[in-house]
Amino acid sequence: MSHLWRIEIATFAYLVAALLFIWALKSMAHPRTAVRGNLLGVLGMGLAIATAILDEHVAGYVTIVAGLIVGSVVGAVLATRVQMTGMPQMVALLNGFGGLASVLVSGADLLNNEAAVRQGHWPIDVLIAVAASAIVGAVTFSGSLLAYGKLQEFAALKKPIRYPLQQPLNALLGLVVLGLSAWLVVAGGAGHFGTVIGLFAVIALASLLLGLTLVNPIGGADMPVVISLLNSYSGIAAGMTGFVIANNVLMIGGALVGASGIILTQIMCKAMNRSLTNVLFGVLDAGGSGPAASEVYAKVRSTTPEDVALLLDGVQRVVIVPGYGMAVAQAQHAVRELGKTLEDKGVSVEYAIHPVAGRMPGHMNVLLAEADVSYDKLKEMDAINPTMDTVDVAIVIGANDVVNPVAKTDPKSPIAGMPIIEVDRCRTVIVIKRSLSPGFAGIANPLFAADNTLLLFADGKEAVMEITKAIKAG
Amino acid sequence: MPVASVLWKAALCVVFCLVVTAGTLLADPLAAPSSANNSAVVAQPARPSLAVSVTIFVLAILLGVEVIGKVPATLHTPLMSGSNAISGITVVGAVIAAGALGRWGPAVAFFAIVLAMINVVGGFLVTHRMLQMFKRK
Repeated sequence: MSHLWRIEIATFAYLVAALLFIWALKSMAHPRTAVRGNLLGVLGMGLAIATAILDEHVAGYVTIVAGLIVGSVVGAVLATRVQMTGMPQMVALLNGFGGLASVLVSGADLLNNEAAVRQGHWPIDVLIAVAASAIVGAVTFSGSLLAYGKLQEFAALKKPIRYPLQQPLNALLGLVVLGLSAWLVVAGGAGHFGTVIGLFAVIALASLLLGLTLVNPIGGADMPVVISLLNSYSGIAAGMTGFVIANNVLMIGGALVGASGIILTQIMCKAMNRSLTNVLFGVLDAGGSGPAASEVYAKVRSTTPEDVALLLDGVQRVVIVPGYGMAVAQAQHAVRELGKTLEDKGVSVEYAIHPVAGRMPGHMNVLLAEADVSYDKLKEMDAINPTMDTVDVAIVIGANDVVNPVAKTDPKSPIAGMPIIEVDRCRTVIVIKRSLSPGFAGIANPLFAADNTLLLFADGKEAVMEITKAIKAG
Repeated sequence: MPVASVLWKAALCVVFCLVVTAGTLLADPLAAPSSANNSAVVAQPARPSLAVSVTIFVLAILLGVEVIGKVPATLHTPLMSGSNAISGITVVGAVIAAGALGRWGPAVAFFAIVLAMINVVGGFLVTHRMLQMFKRK
């Protein structure tokens, strides 16, 4: 009687934990409620872990608690020491660890249930889930680590590693993994435990390779898509593992995270007007179509910080468009200073954030928030575009492709159809760049040569600081 | 809804669950882990049917889509790190696997506990840090 009671209570406890997770994600809908939402998530996780420990079948508390403590300490150290500019990398890294954990848990459950497997008691759906969690978990792990390396801009990983027959080989690897999984399911049904374990290990290893080949061809500006996708995968892996061990909170939690990641991925793809398959498997036609840069840039006019300060004198609306370059130059604090200086003179300052600006969804928002910019000044692209006609000066810092009008005018361009921040409709555009080097898409940007555009060739942070200084002096 | 009352209610739920579970542990000696593990094949709760599991899964996905859709672009990064932390729920499976009978299973599960816990603690802390910055100034 009490045995069944304990199972019921544990199941209810897991349900409460899942509800707390749902509540936590719901609270992310507004900055005001989001902090509390995160705490609710912590509560849910704590409840779930406590319930697991108190599960009647669990023994060996010392090792378990030791593992929890070691993991907590490492996680805490990593999280408190990372700088905001390193956030995308950190999210990628943590994501990877979760993926590997899913693989290990499925494997451990397999090992723990040797007797049941030998007797053929494991049904097909569970065996399929075992293979699935190995594949998705391993892909998440290696893919996330590679994404981490690319975001950290390790020299060896900056450019995709090209090898002959790339696409066919990747496809072959995928087929091999699927074939091995089918074999695993058959072997499991027949009770061949050793074969199952061996295949599990091979599938996991092959999937590690698969994760690398998947993320390898992805470069800089496409990273937001890949990171969202890997985020989703880690949830799917957790869900699959949950199915293997028949645990509701893993299934529900995994489904929530999987859904979250997929939606973000969709948003990112729509913001680039490219399909997911195109991002993952397509080859970006680097500068293929369109006029040569030298032609486009013949009429580029450059300016100085002092001139910019003069231009900004007496204007009413200024919009700042940040891009990945601002993150690289670590200019967010300087930009905030400029914004504040302008606001002190009665200018309305807003920030136009393109969905894929930066290397991660919401990247620019986090950097500007860290620099103490009030979140109500951070405007989404669709919200601010209609008002561009009344903007006096747009300051583009470190952004290129997201303000390139070619997306609207040239249907053969690699960025054709991509929604952009329409700064070309503003009265004056100041572009702060170090040089005329192309953005990620590798194409020329006619915005730079437009009549109402001036280029300030300098490092982002210095340039902005100089402008601020000139405004304060003048 | 003020933060304090929400946390109070949530904390009460947690405490209730823990008290009932602990109480059962203490009240019934036969329910103690050491004796339950003496049998060679440990009695497991019946696995829910495939249809039931798929139902739960699908409903959870639909719920997730609904809830996530309301998150504004400005909070996408904390959303990612927050949902990432939740995906560390794998730690629950790792704890169960680590506590089971077996030779290699618990050893493998130990590493899973460490990894998943890094994911959980790191994820929630990073999300908290980011969310603290989003203020109306």
